[in-house]
Amino acid sequence: MARNKEAVVLLLDVGPSMHSVLSEVESVCSMLVQKKLIFGKSDEVGVVLLGTDDTCNELQKEVGGYEHIVVLRNISVVDGNAVDFLQNLPRGNFRGDFIDAIVVGIDLLIKKFGPTNKGKQRICLMTDARYPIKAPYEGTKEDQVNTISQMMQTHGIRLDCIVIREKLPEADLRVMEENDNLLDQFSRKAIAKIVHVDSSTSLLGALKTRNISPVTVFRGDLELSSTMKIKVWVYKKTSEEKFPTLKKYSDKAPSSDKFATYEVKVDYEYKSMEDPDKVVPPEQRIRGYRYGPQVVPISSAEWEAVKFKPEKGVKLLGFTDASNILRHYYMKDVYIFVPEPGNKKAIVAVSAIARAMKDMNKSAILRCVWRQGQGNVVIGVLRPNISSVDNIPDSFYFNVLPFVEDVREFQFPSFSSFPSSWQPNEQQQEAADNLVKMLDLAPSSKEVLQPDYTPNPVLERFYHFLELKSKQPDADVPPLDGSLKRITEPNPAVFSHHKSVIDNFCKNFELKENPKKKKSSKRAWRGKPSTFSEKEEGVDDFEAMMARRDSSKWVSKAIKDMQNHVSDLLENSYDGDAYSKAIECLVALRKGCILEQEPKEFNRYLLGLYEKWKDTDLANFFELLSSKSLTLISQKEASDSNVTEEEAKNFPVKTELKF
Amino acid sequence: MDLDPEGLFRDDSDSESEFYREKDSTKEFVVYLVDASPKMFGAARSDEDEKPETHFHAAINCISQSLMAQIIGRSYDEVAVCFFNTKEKKNLQDLNGVYVFNVMDRECLDRPTARLIKELSYVEDRFMSNIGSRYGIVSGSRENSLYNALWVAQALLRKGSAKSVSKRILLFTNEDDPFGSITGATKTDMIRMTLQRAKDTQDLGISIELLPLSWPDEEFNVSIFYAELLGLEGDDISQFLPSAGEILEDMTDQLRKRMFKKRKVKTIRFSIANDICIEVNTYALIRPTSPGQIMWLDSVTNLPLKTERSFICADTGALVQEPHTYFHPYKNEIIKFSMDELSKIKNISDGQLHLLGFKPLDCLKDYHNLRPSTFIFPTDEEIVGSTRIFIALHRSMLRFQRFALAFYGSLYHPQLVALVAQDEITSSSGQVEPPGMHMIYLPYSDDIRHVEELHMAVDANAPRATDDQIKKASALSRRIDLKDFSVCQFANPALQRHYGILQALALGEDEMPEIKDETLPDEEGLSRPGIVRALQEFKISVYGENHDQEEANTAAAKGSGSEASRKRKAMAETAARESASYDWADLAENGKLKDLTVVELKYYLTAHNLPVTGKKEALISRILTHLGK
Repeated sequence: MARNKEAVVLLLDVGPSMHSVLSEVESVCSMLVQKKLIFGKSDEVGVVLLGTDDTCNELQKEVGGYEHIVVLRNISVVDGNAVDFLQNLPRGNFRGDFIDAIVVGIDLLIKKFGPTNKGKQRICLMTDARYPIKAPYEGTKEDQVNTISQMMQTHGIRLDCIVIREKLPEADLRVMEENDNLLDQFSRKAIAKIVHVDSSTSLLGALKTRNISPVTVFRGDLELSSTMKIKVWVYKKTSEEKFPTLKKYSDKAPSSDKFATYEVKVDYEYKSMEDPDKVVPPEQRIRGYRYGPQVVPISSAEWEAVKFKPEKGVKLLGFTDASNILRHYYMKDVYIFVPEPGNKKAIVAVSAIARAMKDMNKSAILRCVWRQGQGNVVIGVLRPNISSVDNIPDSFYFNVLPFVEDVREFQFPSFSSFPSSWQPNEQQQEAADNLVKMLDLAPSSKEVLQPDYTPNPVLERFYHFLELKSKQPDADVPPLDGSLKRITEPNPAVFSHHKSVIDNFCKNFELKENPKKKKSSKRAWRGKPSTFSEKEEGVDDFEAMMARRDSSKWVSKAIKDMQNHVSDLLENSYDGDAYSKAIECLVALRKGCILEQEPKEFNRYLLGLYEKWKDTDLANFFELLSSKSLTLISQKEASDSNVTEEEAKNFPVKTELKF
Repeated sequence: MDLDPEGLFRDDSDSESEFYREKDSTKEFVVYLVDASPKMFGAARSDEDEKPETHFHAAINCISQSLMAQIIGRSYDEVAVCFFNTKEKKNLQDLNGVYVFNVMDRECLDRPTARLIKELSYVEDRFMSNIGSRYGIVSGSRENSLYNALWVAQALLRKGSAKSVSKRILLFTNEDDPFGSITGATKTDMIRMTLQRAKDTQDLGISIELLPLSWPDEEFNVSIFYAELLGLEGDDISQFLPSAGEILEDMTDQLRKRMFKKRKVKTIRFSIANDICIEVNTYALIRPTSPGQIMWLDSVTNLPLKTERSFICADTGALVQEPHTYFHPYKNEIIKFSMDELSKIKNISDGQLHLLGFKPLDCLKDYHNLRPSTFIFPTDEEIVGSTRIFIALHRSMLRFQRFALAFYGSLYHPQLVALVAQDEITSSSGQVEPPGMHMIYLPYSDDIRHVEELHMAVDANAPRATDDQIKKASALSRRIDLKDFSVCQFANPALQRHYGILQALALGEDEMPEIKDETLPDEEGLSRPGIVRALQEFKISVYGENHDQEEANTAAAKGSGSEASRKRKAMAETAARESASYDWADLAENGKLKDLTVVELKYYLTAHNLPVTGKKEALISRILTHLGK
């Protein structure tokens, strides 16, 4: 049996009150099976439904009772069928009894494995635990839970329970409280974890869909000093689950080849610069390290001899106020330091330091070398993690901090140094205050979008698409599921609930496109740009710049800018909406060019514009020009022009002009 | 040419590396223009120390440090170092009072080399004898050293187009009134000429930046002359803070920070609500510095090698074009994906930052972290009004101790992020933390591991520390307190050593530099009696009086053997006894070993601590080898 092989029995409540979230249950369970198909091919999965119309389980046949529980799939090695089953769960019309279902699940596991496979068996219950369970034949419900916990413990079965309650209409609070207590009793008496979720989005993230066997980064002493040491084990607490690495596909294999891999291998050859045909063998290659323009060759043996070789060990440098370490300096994924399992002294020592740090709001600074032979040291901050569960020891989180070389000390202006036109006034500040206060994602400790229960939308989509493609190879990438959109976009329900706050915020602040900057193709920022002020500024800027006497450069710059501005206006115009603005600008430009004796600039520009746009839907713009007497500049107006009055008037009708 | 082959295998990692490396589409050419007038050599701080600190020293120090950082990080940038107000002259234009500093094998404006850095750091020692210092602008002479200096700098920066290269002149001086010593028409004339020269330089796309050094009691007044040269107006002047400090180190610090050119990663849109969408720039203020890319060389010629990549079909061995189709094995089938489909899957948002709402800061746990954070700062460049909204939200978030939860829909790595507002923090050495928001990348549920649950005690509570034990721990933490700890006070010893070695090799030095590892605990401090006592008290309180003795006992018990080791020992003894009853040399000599049973052969092997695995032949040959036959 594979070392990390596990067996899971999914106990899914399909009763009437669960119908609204069943599609998410389907998708999270099929994700579990899909990942097993890829990462744990020999894992086994069974599926039991409760709350079904029918009854079909062995216990019912053997001893009676256990109604409305159907064993949909016996425990067996994962396959594609399991995904199909899970994607098409039947909807039941009865209230399932989750304690009964747990017993059925345990029965399946015991019948399959007997006393073997301890610790690798899991029951995963998804229910809303909203209806009362049946009273047992003898004893209390609590006694029953105790007996079951005992059984789970002897057989090394763990229970993961996800309680889903979206909204609570006319629910019987007393019943739910009783059920919750019963479930909590499992977590005290057996290895069980109870998770409550209140949205379909969190449901997708509540179940660990992939089993990763935990590996310690370090086992050994946390050295407070050379005489006082605490035995700890260090694991990764967070580690990014990456997008799967896909293989490159080759279609060269003949279709008859049954064992074709279709893979593409990538081969690297190192060739000498002088002789491009000569391949340099690996033993003749040497690493070169850049140092400015120089490249310093060093062989790995030489490097090994001189490089930095710190001793393995985790040492305390000292404690410091937590406020000395700002949150944004955390550099990497996070480690967790747990006291050596079973070592009571270590557990107490860690607990004492963690609680002292928590009380005094301190952090500890450590220097870590995880392995012998590691080429660098890690400096990081240790933070207390006080356990909220009685049977889990206290531990520490550890975050890596940057070295001097890792920080760029860019200087930024103080906000207070900005001109008053950039500062919010009192009213605007109040609008912002209200927005920050009201748009609350954690009202009365009911936090939504907790990282711990938020699935990765990209991975969800990939695995969904993978399954789809296995059935329809030409399927399109499906749109993002509604529950996943709650992660990538603001929740319309929340936003509409606080509509007045948001509207007030929008009303108080005004945004406009910077006219001095060239257009940005995206006009996403605001529905209607404030056209009036933009037009004004364009012309104003131009006139201001033309008026500057300190350098002749300003005139040519002003003309150039204005030309660009007009071109932008026209390029972005839709159905003539920018014509009036463009004309206003052209009038100003024309006037300026006459004043500054730059008629050729204007004429050349106008003709260029005409040439460029005459055959497009902007052609009607030029008709407008003559009606506004926006002609070329004639010799009569500016002596430098080589356009006669006649020619000027005829524009744009007659355009074969020289200039 | 300098491909790191390992890096190429993973497609996803390409985008990763984009995150860690800044975009440097533009090279930078910098001329460091350092005033070398006698005023720069005046003592800025009269200390009891034998060597007085000078402004000149501070300037050289800053430049050396910046070159050092540059040779590691951005070695394609080119620099020139140029002194003015010197006795000697050395420049192409043969202008008086300007000395362009350079070393062998290097153009005047070129990439920094190990030699340049080394010689620059020693330049002060023989500055007076080799280059000399004097006032360049004095009455009665029409010489204008500042004008000359700008001209030389501009000429140095002639190469490269202003479009692809950012060109800067960094001017270090402590003289706020360079034309103070002359009067009348000559003065106005010289000022006009200098300003015109500066303007022409700026018109060529070269930016001039001033790094003023001032005396503690006499602030550098930028409005006397330099404001006009730099083109500062109104508000800009008041914003232009001269670097002055009680301590010269603080000033060096400020100068060093100001020498950096801020490089933004990109400009992104931040959609706040409905149709309100502002613009912010993102900056990578914290990224791990790695020892740089390697390149492969031919060990015979030491010339770089060209890396060629080819794709080979694993089934037929045929050379193929780089494929555009990928696949993933699934349910014993091959599921193909086009590049287009893959990018569509990843593309779940529009590249903007979307505000989702706000949460109290304590919802951001210590384990909610994956990668270094990114800094965001508003810009009004395209959307006027962005800064105002940003400031308003920033203030409210600080006031209510909340962070913003947002979705950053970047195309290659869309992620949930926490935006944490950071207020400006300043100290005597200038800005310590800039005002703005830090974008912290949050993990998803798949990224978080519930490790602590692995060792859950069943039906028993985990032991917890008692109040007394906690009190002892508190006392201990008060004892070993790092009062002024600041993040990143340590240099990375591995990197320091790496570049120390490279520098030594590049300069052809034999001796490898010793690098001090600053990260080691302060043993001396830890052995102070107060700390030792606190440690001892804590130890007794959590471990009990006889901990070391108990540990030693358990270690000894382990050594003398558990069940298994005792058994193993017994077996070895039997084997040795049995083995002694055979004449192995004789058996081997006569080829009789093969007549013995495997069990008998194993006696010999066990007795001589040899492996006992393998077939009979293997055992025999092992015995023969051991006997030396």
